[in-house]
Amino acid sequence: MAVKFLLNNQEVDLDVDPAMPLLWAIRDIAGLTGTKYACGKALCGSCTVHLDGQPVRSCVLPVSAAAGKTVTTIEGLSEDGSHPVQVAWRELNVAQCGYCQSGQIMSAAALLERVPNPSDDDIDGAMSGNICRCGTYTRIREAIHRIAEDQS
Amino acid sequence: MSELRKISRREFMKRTGQAGGGLVFALTFATACTPADEVADPVARKLASVAPNVYVNIRNDGIVEIYCHRSEMGQGIRTSLPQVIGDELEADWDKIKLIQAIGHEKYGDQNTDGSTSIRKHFDLLRNAGATARDMMIAAAAATWGVPAEECVARDHAVHHEASGRSAGYGDLVDAASGMPQPESAEFKSPADYKYIGKPMDTIDGMAFTTGAAKYATDMVLPDMLYGTIERCPALGGSIASLDDAAARAIAGVVDVIRLPEPSSPPVFNVLGGVAVLATNTWAAERGRAALEIEWDLGANAAYSSDTYKEQLIASASAPGRVTLNRGDADAAAASVHEAIYYAPHLSQAPMEPPAAMARVDEDGNCEVWACSQDPQTARATVAGTLGLEPEQVTVNVTLLGGGFGRKSKPDFIAEAAWLAREAGRPVKVQWTREDDIRQGYLHSVSAQYFRAGQDENGATTTWLHRTSFPSIVTTFAPGVPGPQANELSLGAFDSPWDVPNLRIEACDAPAHVRIGWLRSVCNVFHAYGAGCFVDELAHVKGRDPKEHLLEMIGPARQINPADDGADYGNYGQDLAQHPVDTGRLAAVAEKVADMAGWGRELPDGHGLGIAVHRSFLAYVGAVAEVSVDANGMLKVEEIWTCIDAGLVVNPDRVRSQMEGAAIFGMSLALHGEITASGGAIVEGNFDTYPMCRMSEVPHKIHAHIMESDALPGGVGEPGVPPIAPAIVNAYFAASGNRVRELPLRNAGLV
Repeated sequence: MAVKFLLNNQEVDLDVDPAMPLLWAIRDIAGLTGTKYACGKALCGSCTVHLDGQPVRSCVLPVSAAAGKTVTTIEGLSEDGSHPVQVAWRELNVAQCGYCQSGQIMSAAALLERVPNPSDDDIDGAMSGNICRCGTYTRIREAIHRIAEDQS
Repeated sequence: MSELRKISRREFMKRTGQAGGGLVFALTFATACTPADEVADPVARKLASVAPNVYVNIRNDGIVEIYCHRSEMGQGIRTSLPQVIGDELEADWDKIKLIQAIGHEKYGDQNTDGSTSIRKHFDLLRNAGATARDMMIAAAAATWGVPAEECVARDHAVHHEASGRSAGYGDLVDAASGMPQPESAEFKSPADYKYIGKPMDTIDGMAFTTGAAKYATDMVLPDMLYGTIERCPALGGSIASLDDAAARAIAGVVDVIRLPEPSSPPVFNVLGGVAVLATNTWAAERGRAALEIEWDLGANAAYSSDTYKEQLIASASAPGRVTLNRGDADAAAASVHEAIYYAPHLSQAPMEPPAAMARVDEDGNCEVWACSQDPQTARATVAGTLGLEPEQVTVNVTLLGGGFGRKSKPDFIAEAAWLAREAGRPVKVQWTREDDIRQGYLHSVSAQYFRAGQDENGATTTWLHRTSFPSIVTTFAPGVPGPQANELSLGAFDSPWDVPNLRIEACDAPAHVRIGWLRSVCNVFHAYGAGCFVDELAHVKGRDPKEHLLEMIGPARQINPADDGADYGNYGQDLAQHPVDTGRLAAVAEKVADMAGWGRELPDGHGLGIAVHRSFLAYVGAVAEVSVDANGMLKVEEIWTCIDAGLVVNPDRVRSQMEGAAIFGMSLALHGEITASGGAIVEGNFDTYPMCRMSEVPHKIHAHIMESDALPGGVGEPGVPPIAPAIVNAYFAASGNRVRELPLRNAGLV
């Protein structure tokens, strides 16, 4: 069955099982591998993408739920890595292995869109669904605060 | 292709008059295999270049290609390695192109394990850069007809000051072609370092932040199949019956293939089971769920953590094999204190579960793309699995989405290779999170008994440490009853305590799962037990824990565990160069206590705890501040760490490793536990095997690096061991309750 949606500003028409999680539709069918699998149960946030601007866990969301909507992945956050979150991540050398960072960045970008100057509690609330086994949390928190300061 | 690469090794040796020494040379193997990157960059391949050694290739467009033969898993080696080579080479940072090396013995040791990438390869990497630099100088000198001694390398060029001539490295490629490599080269003075010791930005920063970074799980090949494998829940079991009809009926499922039965001992061989291959991951997973398999669980079907724990504690409570003895640890004492510490199995749980892509060509040669910490062992394992010669196997190393020891074991790569050959198409094997947690190589469960005697003045005079855990060696050899010397060398034999009577005993413990390395390995539980018990002694004696710790470490001296009969490994390096130096251990204890403001007045319900540990030739001190609320719940408020790892290459990557190690240590102290029931692992995902999240980690984790000109020590692992004891000790300081079992959540504290 065909599922149509806007993926990083490009219209896609995927011939897939509508029950297939959006994650696998993005990775295996659309061929964008920046969005990561790590738990498959919405427990770690590595697969976070934006659905109509809201952060969602694509590993448990059926692709049919994206029909007619806008999906943004890490590849579509900016054309050249210039989104403020991406820039701050590089300035603070946040990433270690990097694997969870697509999800971290998508969660942080959605938070800052909603709350331009987030408190530590806001950060806890928005980012605690994203696990980083390398343990980059303190730099993530610092990066989010830095972006807020730079933009205020 | 340069002339250097065309001459024979015999001819090269004749010209250079050397037998190779520590360096291996490009020409020996230059045509044996082609790294994927070379194929992917055909324009660059048309350029002439000269390869002074296997790690460096200088192109005539001025780009210096540096081959990273170590695996990147977050420790930053893809940044640190070119810092070392590039510094000695006097290369411009912006003209370095990093290429990930394939798994091949021409690079020497590639096993990215044991925090070895800098500590064991610093001279090798400096030599690679320095000899390449001298080759450029020799080429310029020959071109200009001047003595090499009058030329200097600087800023990616060679300069002859007397005549004012300069030539860029790219322009010297033709002249250098065919020249022998300098036999040896002088290293730079540390005062002249441009990159070593500097916090260079992560080389993969752009890729990490744009989704462009490629891990094994991201590999795609034409005509590929996506594979997932149902394996026996218990180690050593086998298939009693299989009905795959429903699985084959799922749309997208292409094949169902049984893997070879597992071996005993398991080593790195495939674990058996049934693979479902499909045109996408979702179809493969659905097909797997539709498999109907009855298992014969085999010899480990009775493995249960509840009963095993009792067995392990009983083992540690009775005399074991004496592995180190100084004086008489049974000597009479005015008072005696004893305790038993228990810590469960752990899973490495890297965010990227094991994944590998494999392709077998019509001649039977196999090429894999894998998140491997140890690509040469992967190569040998794939060759063994397929009955090939190692030369028929090419292992491309992708980025690793975390490793922590799991990806040292290439079983998942062998699975992909086997399936690719059976299917006749490229296959990517993707482990699920449940596969990773249930079917991996677990960190040992452990029990440790400590007994210390004090004299009338409160000085500790005897120390007995019994340690019991299933050995990693059981994964590789039959009949291994308990802890081995290489494991006791991890934080037991090098016990720093200044006591006249010391004995370490190894107590037997059978293995019922695959046991493997996890970041810091046995140091995790050895530091936890000893670090907590020494804190207990302070409180028994009514002493300040930090002052008591320093007293227990005693005066600055060098310890050789062999003096007390121990078969001590010292992390594979020379004790003369890397002594067990109690002065450096005391110094990190003092420093980290200062950083944390040890002795300051704390808010109600707060406590500070301190622990120190030497591992992988580095010394780390940690202080945790915790709070306990009205409901008795624990919160880690702040962590201070201090590392003396000798000379460090990239201080920012060292700090990031310390920050991450503190959180890794927090996770295992607060949450980490893998248990078995009926031979199978109970936990399966991050709900049942939780790890620390943003909301529960301190906002501040401080990491100080001691200034040192000592030889480099390890960095990736040494930060972990002192964290759990620091937290447990802080909890005691805050609450007066001593917890002797991990994780703390089992005591209802989190």
